[in-house]
Amino acid sequence: MLTRYSALIFAAGLAFMLFVLFSGLPLGAPGMVVGQAVLDRAPAEVGAANIVTAVVLGYRGIDTMGELAILFAAATAIGLVLGRSRGSRHCPPAIQPGGFILRAGNDMLFPLLLVVGLYIILHGHLTPGGGFQGGVVLAAAFVLPVLARPTDMPSHAAMAWIEGLAGAAFILTGMAALAYDRAFLAPLLGTGEMGALVSAGTLPILYLAVGLKVGAELASLLLSLTEEGGD
Amino acid sequence: MTEFTLYTFLAASLGLIAIGIGGVILSRNLFRIVLALSIAEAGGNLLLVLIGFRHDAIAPIIEPGRALTTMVDSIPQAMVLTSIVIGAGVQALALALAIRARASYGTLDMGIMRARMEADINRVAGAESAASLHAPASSSTLLTERKA
Repeated sequence: MLTRYSALIFAAGLAFMLFVLFSGLPLGAPGMVVGQAVLDRAPAEVGAANIVTAVVLGYRGIDTMGELAILFAAATAIGLVLGRSRGSRHCPPAIQPGGFILRAGNDMLFPLLLVVGLYIILHGHLTPGGGFQGGVVLAAAFVLPVLARPTDMPSHAAMAWIEGLAGAAFILTGMAALAYDRAFLAPLLGTGEMGALVSAGTLPILYLAVGLKVGAELASLLLSLTEEGGD
Repeated sequence: MTEFTLYTFLAASLGLIAIGIGGVILSRNLFRIVLALSIAEAGGNLLLVLIGFRHDAIAPIIEPGRALTTMVDSIPQAMVLTSIVIGAGVQALALALAIRARASYGTLDMGIMRARMEADINRVAGAESAASLHAPASSSTLLTERKA
């Protein structure tokens, strides 16, 4: 009981301390030294209408690659922890197939989710969204059939292929810049016309690779969690 | 957005962080700890976006044909994008570990799990532990049942 009260007091004190610290910040009017420089230079240098995409892929592409590596490490670790090799229970027979509404809804939603996910990925340099957000929608599109028809799971091998090819495409696009004496992952192919679908150079290609990789990664991750949770 | 709304958001984000940390300390259930972590993470993300906010600015998206105005800081937003993705990976890994712990010890409760873990360690070491005297009678019988 004492632990509970002291934990509550600790959390409240922490909140108070953080509030006092952060209320001293210039909220609503930040300094924006780097931010203003990015806003000034990004339209001419990168050509993406969405400045956040210009930052994520143009100015800190290596960070994004590290982010993908973290996601890959998490998926690998989950495969390691859940250990699919031990015991060959592919699909627990206790799971019964989804009802009619779930199956019909799945059939209607699957193409829509694919279109929305690919739209979000391909317009990542123009509108809010991008590879990570669209990739999550794609993963949802591929996890929904698992709920509706648990008996026929999508294969892990196909997911692993998509994921590996997308990751290789990301790195190869980055290395193509080296051939032109540019930095690794520097945007190529010019900037194009601002706001057009084909613009911002290699950024849409990079975001497509990111989207496919994130989608395949999250889908296979959810699948392995589902398979293990079946017992 | 007025000053009042801004400070409400600040209080909300810090409150989410405090609720999450309090939940991590207070809960004994592993699944609730994972949920509490994700609440704290949401608070941190909200705080980061809030730091980049400007009163007189629009979202950092250029529309062709519109005059350039000031925009909010896009760097915290890009950072939050990274943080959300990493948070998803961390949550999935934590869930996988919780699933594994439940498969091994038959419970998600930290207290019971610790008792069973200590009993296991003592059994492997061949030591008659003092801790097993304090353990509830049910946990030792459950352990023998599981072994049998």
